[in-house]
Amino acid sequence: MTKAGVRWLLWVPLVAFLLFLGLVAGGLLRPADRTIVSRLVGQPMPAIALPAASASRPGLSANAGGARLVNVFASWCVPCAAEAPQLAALAKAGVPIDAIAIRDTRADVDRFLARYGNPYRSIGSDVDSRVQMALGSSGVPETFVVDGRGIIRAQKIGDIRPEDVAGLVAAVQALR
Amino acid sequence: MIAEFGLAALWLAAALSVLQLALSAFGLTGGRDALMAPVRSVAVVQGALTMLAFAALIALFVRVDLSVALVAANDHSQKPLLYRFAGTWGNHEGSMLLWVAVLGLAGAAVALLERRLPERTLVATLGAQAFIAIGFFAFLLFASNPFARLDPAPAEGLGLNPLLQDPGLAFHPPTLYFGYVGLSVAFSFAVGALVTRDVGPVFARAMRPWVLGAWIFLTLGITAGSYWAYYELGWGGWWFWDPVENASLMPWLAATALLHSVTVLATRDGLRAWTIMLAVVAFSMSMVGTFLVRSGILTSVHAFAVDPTRGGFILALLAIYIGGALALFALRVGTVREGQRFDAVSREGALVANNLLLSAILGVVLIGTLYPLAVEGLTGGKLSVGPPYFNAAAGPLALILVAMMGAGPLVRWRRDDGVAVLKRMALPILIAVVAFAAVWLRAPGIGVLPLLGLTVAAGAAVASVAPLWKRKLWRTPLFTYGMVVAHLGIAVALAGMASEAAFTQETLVAARPGETHRVGPWALRFDGVEPIAGENWTAIEGTLTVRRGDDAGYVMRPQARAFSAPPTETSEAAIRTVLDGQLYVVLGKADEQGRWQLRLWWKPYVTLIWLGGGLVALGGLLSLVGRVLRERRSRLVEQYA
Amino acid sequence: MRFFVAFALTMAPVMAAAQSGVPPAALSDTQLPDPAAEARATALMQTLRCLVCQGQSIADSDADMAGDMRALVRRRIAAGERPEDIRAWLVQRYGDWVTYDPPLNAVTWPLWALPVLLLVIGAFVARGSFRRRGRGA
Repeated sequence: MTKAGVRWLLWVPLVAFLLFLGLVAGGLLRPADRTIVSRLVGQPMPAIALPAASASRPGLSANAGGARLVNVFASWCVPCAAEAPQLAALAKAGVPIDAIAIRDTRADVDRFLARYGNPYRSIGSDVDSRVQMALGSSGVPETFVVDGRGIIRAQKIGDIRPEDVAGLVAAVQALR
Repeated sequence: MIAEFGLAALWLAAALSVLQLALSAFGLTGGRDALMAPVRSVAVVQGALTMLAFAALIALFVRVDLSVALVAANDHSQKPLLYRFAGTWGNHEGSMLLWVAVLGLAGAAVALLERRLPERTLVATLGAQAFIAIGFFAFLLFASNPFARLDPAPAEGLGLNPLLQDPGLAFHPPTLYFGYVGLSVAFSFAVGALVTRDVGPVFARAMRPWVLGAWIFLTLGITAGSYWAYYELGWGGWWFWDPVENASLMPWLAATALLHSVTVLATRDGLRAWTIMLAVVAFSMSMVGTFLVRSGILTSVHAFAVDPTRGGFILALLAIYIGGALALFALRVGTVREGQRFDAVSREGALVANNLLLSAILGVVLIGTLYPLAVEGLTGGKLSVGPPYFNAAAGPLALILVAMMGAGPLVRWRRDDGVAVLKRMALPILIAVVAFAAVWLRAPGIGVLPLLGLTVAAGAAVASVAPLWKRKLWRTPLFTYGMVVAHLGIAVALAGMASEAAFTQETLVAARPGETHRVGPWALRFDGVEPIAGENWTAIEGTLTVRRGDDAGYVMRPQARAFSAPPTETSEAAIRTVLDGQLYVVLGKADEQGRWQLRLWWKPYVTLIWLGGGLVALGGLLSLVGRVLRERRSRLVEQYA
Repeated sequence: MRFFVAFALTMAPVMAAAQSGVPPAALSDTQLPDPAAEARATALMQTLRCLVCQGQSIADSDADMAGDMRALVRRRIAAGERPEDIRAWLVQRYGDWVTYDPPLNAVTWPLWALPVLLLVIGAFVARGSFRRRGRGA
C-alpha cells in the first residue's frame, strides 16, 4: 500500500458519513409514504364470489361485469362511515358499486347500511379477509376502479373525499 | 422560584461551557498556558450547575408544581413518588436535561480525576466535551426549555401514560444515557488526542475506564430492554431486529470493539488510528441511534412520539460533531506516529480479528436498518429487511466472533505459534465436538444456526475460563476475572439464544374451562376466567394449574388487560421460571362457543439469554474496578518511589 | 399528549386500532395437526410482515389482519403449497414490502453481499497493522 493510498483511505469514513446524512436528511424532509399499494393495479381483477353480507343485496358473483367500483369496507370502521355520502353520490351518478364487507356479521352490516345508506349493487361477506388479501388490499376503506374488461385500473386507499367523486364518476364512465 | 433558579443555573452552565471551549481553544492555539489553567475548574463548576438545574426539575416534579408547563403536561399529584421522580425524564425536555446533566457530571469527573494525561491533551479533551455540551444546551434553551411557566396554572396535571409506569421502564432511559455519555467522553478523549497528536498508551489508559463504564451501562440497557419486550409483548420473542432495537445494539457493538482495541493500544501501543476511529464511531452510533429513534423516519413497533423538528436538530448536531471529528481524523491522523506492528498470530492479531468481525456485524446492522430508506429514496420501491436477513447475515459472523473470543485470551501477546495455540484449545475443541454430536443425535431436525450456536457456546464457555487454568487464583488480577466472566456471559447468552431458537415448543388452543392441554413436559389445566380491576385498567384473568410430572401443581394467571385512557389492550403473560427454562402463558380472546384462546410456550433455557447479559455486565464491572485499583496502586508507587 | 420515552427500548402494545368484533379466523391461532406442516407454516409466518401494524411479523401481532394472514398461510400449507409459493403469492399482491426476507435481485444484491464485502474491506484495512513474518524485529 502506498502512502497516497493510505491518505485517500482516511477520507472514506467522512464520505460515508456524508452519504448517510444526505440519505436521512432526505428521509426527514420527505416523509415516507406508508401506504401499501396493491400490485394488482393494471392486472385483471381476480374472479371472486362471496356470499351476501346483507339481506338487502346479493353477494358477489364471479362473473360480475362492466366498469364499476369495488369498495372494501367494514361496519366497524370509522372512515367507512365518513365516506358514505360520497358513495351515495357516486351511486346516484349511475356508477355501479360492488362492496366487500371485511370481518363483519350480517346484523352489523344491516345496521350500518340502515344508518349510513346503501349505495351498493352487491355486497359480499369476507369474514376472514381472504378476498381482501387476494386483491392486495391492506385496510378499510379502499376502493378499486375496474374497467369493462375486468382490469383493475386504480386503487383509492382511505376514504373517498367529496373532491374525489367527480373524478371517479368520469373514470368509470370512460372505462365503460 | 425553583423553576427560575433551575433556568438560571442552566444558562450559567451554558455560558461556562462556552468559556470552557474558548479557554481551551485559545490556550492551545495561542500557546498561552495561562489561559488553560482555569479549564479544569470551569468544567467542575459547569458540571455542578447542570446537576443543580436537573435537581431543580426533579424537585418541581416531586412537588408537582403545576405552574411549570412540563410538569403540568407530565405529572399528576396522585402518582406514586417513584413515578413523580422518574417522570422527570419520562418526557423529551426532561430527558435532554438529564443528558446534559450526566454529560456535565462526566466532564467534572474527567477534570477532577484525570492526572496521567498530558495537560494539553486533557485541556483539548475538556474543550471537545464543552463543544458537545454547547450543542445540547442550545437545544434545551432555544428549542425545549424544561422550565417554561404555564399561566394560569391548571388544577391538576395530565399524568404519565399508565403503560410507562413500570419500574423497569423508569430506569431504562437513564441507563442508556449513562452509556451514551460515557461514549461521548471517549469521543472527547479521541478528539483531544487528535488535536495534540498525542495518541499512545497513556491516552488509552485514560480513556479505558470511560469506555468500560459506558459499555457496562449499554449491556445492562440492552439486556433489560430485551427482557422487557419478552414479557410485555406477549409473543415470547426477545429480539425482533426492529430499527429501535438495532439503534440500541449499534453503539454496543462499536463500544465492544473499542474496548478491545483500546486494550491493544494501552498494552502494546498498536492500532492507534483505528482506536481513534472507533471512539468516533461509537459516539456517532449513539447519536445516530438517538436520531433514528426520535425522528421517526423508520417504522418501528416501538411507539414513540415523533417530532421531525427535533429530529432535524439532532441531525444538525450529528453533522457538526461527527462530520467535524471525521474531518479532523482525516486531516490529522496521517501525522500521528504509526503504532507498533505485530504478528498475525498474536493476542493483538486476535483482537484485530475481534474488531474486524464486530465492525462487520455493525456494518450489517447499520446498513440493513437503513437499506429500506435508501431503496425508497433512490428507486421509490418499498422493501422490508428483517430477522431472516439479519440472522443470515450477522449470525455466522457472530458465531465466528464467539469462537474467536474463546481462542483470543489463550494467544500470547506479540507473537505466538499457531500449533501451540491449537494445543491449548484442545479441551474446548473437544467439548465443542462432543456438544455438536450430542445435540445432533438428540435433535436431528435442528437448524444449522442453532446447532452451531450450541456447539460454539459449549466450546467458548470452556475456553473462556481456561485463562484461569493453573494460575494462582488469589493472585490473578481482578480485571482478568472480569474478562473471564464477561466472555463466559457471552457464551451463556449464546447458548440461551440457540436453545430458545431450537427447542421452543408451542401450543395454541381454544380451551374450555376444565380442559387440560400439554406443552413440552407440562400439563396445564385451564380452570376458568374472571374479571378483575386494577388502578387504571380492567382485565380478564385466566387461571391455569400447571403440572410437570407428579408435582403439586402451580397456579398461573395470565391477563388480557384493557386501559381506558388511552384505549389500549395488552396481554399480561404469566411466566413460570424453573431451572431449565420458562413456561410462558398468554390469554387471548374468547370465541362464540365460550372457548378461550390460549398461547402456551415452553422455552428451555431461555433465561440464559439474560443471565448471560448480566454476567457480561458483571464482568465489565470487575474489569473496571480491577483497572481503577491497578491505576491507583501504580500511582501510589510512583509517588513514594 | 406527547409521551416520550427517551432512547428506551419501549414497546407500546398494539394500540386498539379499529378491530372488528368477529372472532379470529379458524386457523389464525390453531395449529395444524401435522407438526412438520405447522413448523413450515410458523417459519414462514415469522418472515411475513403484518400489513397494518408497521414493524411486526404476522407471527407476533394481535391485529385481526395478521390473524387472517396466519390463517391464510396455514390453510395453504395444509393444502400442500410450498412456503415459497405462498410468499410469492403475497409478494405478487403487496410487493416486496410484505416479506422480511428481501429477495435477491438487482436492488438487493449489495445488501446480501454486504457481510463478505465488509470482511474483505476490513481485512484490507487491517493488513497494514501486521508485521510481515521473517522481517520483523
